[in-house]
Amino acid sequence: MNSTPTIELKAVSKRYDKLTVVDGIDLQINKGESFVLVGHNGAGKTTIMKLMLGLTQASSGQVLVMGENPANKSFSARRGMLGYLPESVSFYHHMTGLELLNYYASLKGVAKTEVSSCLEQVNLSASAGKRVNTYSKGMRQRLGLAQAILGKPELLFLDEPTTGLDPSLRRDFYQIISDLRAAGATVVISSHSLSEIETQADRIALIRSGKLVACGSLDALSEQAGLPVHTRLAVATGHTGRVAAQLEPHFEIQKITDHSVDLVCPVNKKISLLRQVADLGEVVLDINMNAPRLNEIYLHFMNGEKA
Amino acid sequence: MNRRRHTIPTLALKELRDGIRNRWIAATIILLGTLALVLSFLGSAPSGELKVAALEVSVVSLTSLSMYLIPLIALMLAFDALVGEFENGTMLLLLTYPVRRWQIIAGKFVGHSTIMLLAILIGYGTTMAVLIFTNDGDTSGWQAYLAMMASSLLLGCAFLTVGYLISSLVRERSVATGLAVATWLLLVVFYDLGLLSALMLDEGKYISEGLFTTLMLANPADAYRLFNFTGITEVANLVGASEIKVGLAAPLLSMLLWIVVPFLLAVIRFQKREV
Repeated sequence: MNSTPTIELKAVSKRYDKLTVVDGIDLQINKGESFVLVGHNGAGKTTIMKLMLGLTQASSGQVLVMGENPANKSFSARRGMLGYLPESVSFYHHMTGLELLNYYASLKGVAKTEVSSCLEQVNLSASAGKRVNTYSKGMRQRLGLAQAILGKPELLFLDEPTTGLDPSLRRDFYQIISDLRAAGATVVISSHSLSEIETQADRIALIRSGKLVACGSLDALSEQAGLPVHTRLAVATGHTGRVAAQLEPHFEIQKITDHSVDLVCPVNKKISLLRQVADLGEVVLDINMNAPRLNEIYLHFMNGEKA
Repeated sequence: MNRRRHTIPTLALKELRDGIRNRWIAATIILLGTLALVLSFLGSAPSGELKVAALEVSVVSLTSLSMYLIPLIALMLAFDALVGEFENGTMLLLLTYPVRRWQIIAGKFVGHSTIMLLAILIGYGTTMAVLIFTNDGDTSGWQAYLAMMASSLLLGCAFLTVGYLISSLVRERSVATGLAVATWLLLVVFYDLGLLSALMLDEGKYISEGLFTTLMLANPADAYRLFNFTGITEVANLVGASEIKVGLAAPLLSMLLWIVVPFLLAVIRFQKREV
């Protein structure tokens, strides 16, 4: 993709007095991409998001969103194309869900007819007439998503979006985001829930103490981390020894049983392994390759660099 | 993308609805209306003997009442306008919308001043109607009364913007409450006391009449009083202030400045605030 990135951070730092919260971050997020910020609590994810939203000014470096510094006053007009769901979303409690969405729709210049479809999308139509202070945490979060997707934003920021949602709601939540992405929206998500986020991300940025530790697709990150693919071969009884002997010069064999061989395969040798397994013929009955999960990659980068 | 946005009306309407919902408007109307009626009827006793228009007498008593009450109502409406939204977390979301920061203050100002307008219009307007009705339809002095109502709104607007300035300066609502009360005491109560004490101690050495008037005009509450007590001849005669020649323009200008300057300062301060 050669077009200008939707979001660009160039050596961006944010300091509060002597505390550096974001430390020299370089990032590019392309149009239509689903970009996930991952890191411990207090790693600086929310601040990075606030910098992208122009809610806070960078102490040094440059932030560009759609080619403009979002902290500039003139960026205000472009905000109609943004959607944001803060980590702990707060509403005017005395208003009803419908009143709130109408209010936000009016500020965004979105037709009120769109409000009911947004409420429907997040499954809140039945409670739209109730005051927000009677809503559960999950309902408030859904209302938060509803206001974020008002006007079908081109750029969506979701800060820990699924906290407090049960699994089925999480699935609905990601479905809505998928729909928006299908329509071409760029999505920036920060999250703790590594297992659920890995399927949503085109690229992942690992943030530790305000620094960008690693950034890339899941595959690229596992390659960078050098984490192996754990592989189990189901082998016809009596042939495990021969299979293991054949593969041993190239791969680390971990365990041999009567009918299986466990080995570790470096990420960049997956194809080579498959070729060799194919050469072994019909004695190999099945192959199960477990690519490193985001969880392992996360631990590798976060703990590895600490040591 | 060509979306029509009505930012300030939207923000103002929300404040107005909030005012209706939390009974602010109702309470203010009842408060102003009741006190105005009571004061007007207590004050109307001498008017019969002196042959002074009931409405003019009411201007005197209502000016004294409004001078204390209107600033208090305005400050209570405005002190947490910004800091309250920051503290509740609603400002974070609002600032990600296509809304300029000055528009947020302007929207709140339009909403809050409409609340003040309604309270003054209904509260004092009812009193006016009752006074005319009980005085056999005598409408003399209506200009002075309407000028008092209009200037009450200006006084309210001045203290609204002072409230926004307070709200933009602090990070906690509780601090804003304290500052609002202190501001009210300072401008409405202690300022006059200080001025009087200074005048007594000075014994006419340094504080000339001109300086004294300027010092009065520098305070919005006193400017309001000067506007109503000295600006209109009949009322000035009534309060024995006919020798003070201030006119209507200077107090009016003072009140307008007290609306514009704190508003601008609040905007400047709010622009710099990070979330």
